[in-house]
Amino acid sequence: MEKFGYAESSKFDTYASRMMPRDEFFTSGHRSCQGCGEALAVRWACKAIGKDAIIAHATGCMEIVSSGMPQTAWMHPWIHVAFENTSAVASGIEAALKVLKRKGKLKGPLPKVVAMGGDGGTSDIGLQSLSGALERGHNFTYICWDNEAYMNTGIQRSSATPFGAMTTTTPPGKRSFGQRTWKKDMVAIAVAHGIPYVATASPGYLFDLYFKVKKAVETPGPAYINILSVCPTGWRSATDLSVRLARLATETAVFPLFEVVDGKYRLTVEPPKIRPIRDYLKPQGRFRHLRDPEVEFIQKTVRAKYELLLEKCQAPFPEFSPVHVPEGI
Amino acid sequence: MIAHKKRVGMEVSIAVSHAVQLARAEAIAAYPITPQTHIVEHLSSLVANGDLEAEFIPVESEHSALSACIGCSAAGARTYTATSSQGLALMNEILFITSAMRLPIVMTVANRALSGPLSIWNDHSDIMAARDIGWIQIFTENGQEAFDHSVMAFKIAEDHRVVMPTIVNLDGFILTHVVEAHELMDQETVDRFLPELKPYHKLDIHQPVTMGAFAMPELFTECKMAHQEALTNSYGPILEIWQEWGELTGRHYKPVETYRTEGAKIIIMMMGSLAEVAEAAVDAMRDQGIPVGLVKIRLWRPFPFADLRAALAGAELVVVCDRALSLGGAAGPVLAEVRSAMYPLAVKPQILGYTVGLGGRDVQPEAFEELVRHAQAEVKQGPSQEFYIYGVRG
Amino acid sequence: MSKAWDQVTWQEIEIGGVLTEPGSARAYNTGDWRSSRPVWDKTRCIKCGVCWTVCPEAGISEDADGYFDINTYCKGCGICVKECVTGCIKMVVEES
Repeated sequence: MEKFGYAESSKFDTYASRMMPRDEFFTSGHRSCQGCGEALAVRWACKAIGKDAIIAHATGCMEIVSSGMPQTAWMHPWIHVAFENTSAVASGIEAALKVLKRKGKLKGPLPKVVAMGGDGGTSDIGLQSLSGALERGHNFTYICWDNEAYMNTGIQRSSATPFGAMTTTTPPGKRSFGQRTWKKDMVAIAVAHGIPYVATASPGYLFDLYFKVKKAVETPGPAYINILSVCPTGWRSATDLSVRLARLATETAVFPLFEVVDGKYRLTVEPPKIRPIRDYLKPQGRFRHLRDPEVEFIQKTVRAKYELLLEKCQAPFPEFSPVHVPEGI
Repeated sequence: MIAHKKRVGMEVSIAVSHAVQLARAEAIAAYPITPQTHIVEHLSSLVANGDLEAEFIPVESEHSALSACIGCSAAGARTYTATSSQGLALMNEILFITSAMRLPIVMTVANRALSGPLSIWNDHSDIMAARDIGWIQIFTENGQEAFDHSVMAFKIAEDHRVVMPTIVNLDGFILTHVVEAHELMDQETVDRFLPELKPYHKLDIHQPVTMGAFAMPELFTECKMAHQEALTNSYGPILEIWQEWGELTGRHYKPVETYRTEGAKIIIMMMGSLAEVAEAAVDAMRDQGIPVGLVKIRLWRPFPFADLRAALAGAELVVVCDRALSLGGAAGPVLAEVRSAMYPLAVKPQILGYTVGLGGRDVQPEAFEELVRHAQAEVKQGPSQEFYIYGVRG
Repeated sequence: MSKAWDQVTWQEIEIGGVLTEPGSARAYNTGDWRSSRPVWDKTRCIKCGVCWTVCPEAGISEDADGYFDINTYCKGCGICVKECVTGCIKMVVEES
């Protein structure tokens, strides 16, 4: 396992910014909030996707900030239809490209197909269409911009909201400490579909994110990437902390960075020492109300989950991984 | 020149899927729902056997079926789906978006009642709940019409003067599951009639566009007006395409069809397969000397106001049969439309409405004689109700 | 669309509301939102480009000498200040 390594990018480190592509596919002039970690993730994901791709996007923050008539921040061919159906739209695009290619109506290599949505559009309302598309094996990449609540509609809780977080529908009060449930494990759900590539990423490690997205779109078959998207507005954090908070999420093991290739887990960023969870919670207003017992519970749970993940990463793995159907059968 | 005719007996669902095959649909996404299933089952076997060069996407819901169709059509493929009842209702959100995005998808709706209580049998409550979705909507009366309109719908939808998704309605079970004789077409004739799809816009890496942008209040009304005008103005091209088909096949279609309306003082109106039953009733009443005729609406959207007014000119009493309810309202959807179309005229007939044949309830020819007698009596004494439900017990 | 967007007529709406000019959002100057701006101390800048990397707006550009500075889109979030490797960037209140 690489120490501080990035996915497939051992020759790059934080000083390699200049080696990264300069073309912008998610352009300036979009209307995201100041310090939007999600917009930063989109910017880099789009660079990784490259120009020969078609994007389907769910309703949500990134759709709203980027596509108000008559202006668009997208350089790619891009389509938004509704909130819960992005994976189905992407399925249709992918299928159409295949038949048009077979009929000779489409020249050159098949464009990549990428679907994008927020955590609500992915793990709540869009889960069914995502599951359908992953299960059917379409050759596409799904990227979840996970800012851990319905930020676009005013910070309501989603199934991706972390334990204890304050949202406008999980307000702390005399009988409440905020969100009562643990964040839904979308990565495990994606892995359970037996797809060839699943990963987590964050704007705290942009090169890691870049190479994972690149790998995902180049993988034949479905790929899923969950990107922690720091939201200063919803997390009640300072706008200049968006990259730092994403890094703290990994350094405290609350959001480990790893990938699952053909079912095999691999940590891509391994912090030498796990920092206490308070370092991550403290700068965020959404956790400010938490008392020691809740914080301790979070600490214990995070540690336990991280240990389980490390075990998965070290588990022996069969050489034959039945993710792809061989040619000819 | 009239093309070569050969009549083949087959289930109407198979005829419809054969029409879709002749139209060379390239992408089909569908989800099983009775009584639409035979259509997509047959299409998937055509694809599986290489008899239709297409992608068949067996999605996990109707919501995803239409969503996948949007993806297919936006990427530039000729796209088809079919559904019924709850399936159409589940698509509802996406139906409006499809037409607003102006994607020329063709859909067959095998009309079936909406739950509850659950009923798999025929009426028009599914499509009437989707009345205002902004698609072109056509009703068919028999298997031949269903076949013909399934081919023509692609040409209408894809015409660059139209660019609008199109629904072809046929009654569930009553049409979908019966065997009828159809005059089919050969592939060359259909190929000449229906050229390859030239998408107006598509998702193309060489010429990127943004589809599905949102509109602030300053632009929303203009977007809706553009849609309204486009749908209304599709009337001309629709007639032109039907005319071309008529010349090719000898089968001519009109937005409003009439049967024995010469000198008719009483008109019975409806849409769909019930018209064939009503024709028998009209014949019987004519034999008794009752001046009755039949008017059927084929083109439901865009609504053919002028054709309807012309067809009803001279009538004193119009008996409108709806196969759906507008619960708590003043009239069934067809009655409401006919009444508002006739209201501005200085001389207008009495218009009474009856909801008939809900959830597969059988309607015999005698029913229409009964309706006419009832309507005449009601007119004489002044209508006692806003509308009537025919044949309900109690 | 060259016309002011609140003057556009229904006849001018592209079929399906499609937008045909990719990246046209660049016409919108998000720099107007800024209340303070990052300022670089060139004597300490090592031209590494981390500031350019971490900007959510692509609001930082490189000049001919390889130094970085904000362009018209900087919203003033301050991420570049926090992430700068040498600490050579400072936020300064914008004078209107």
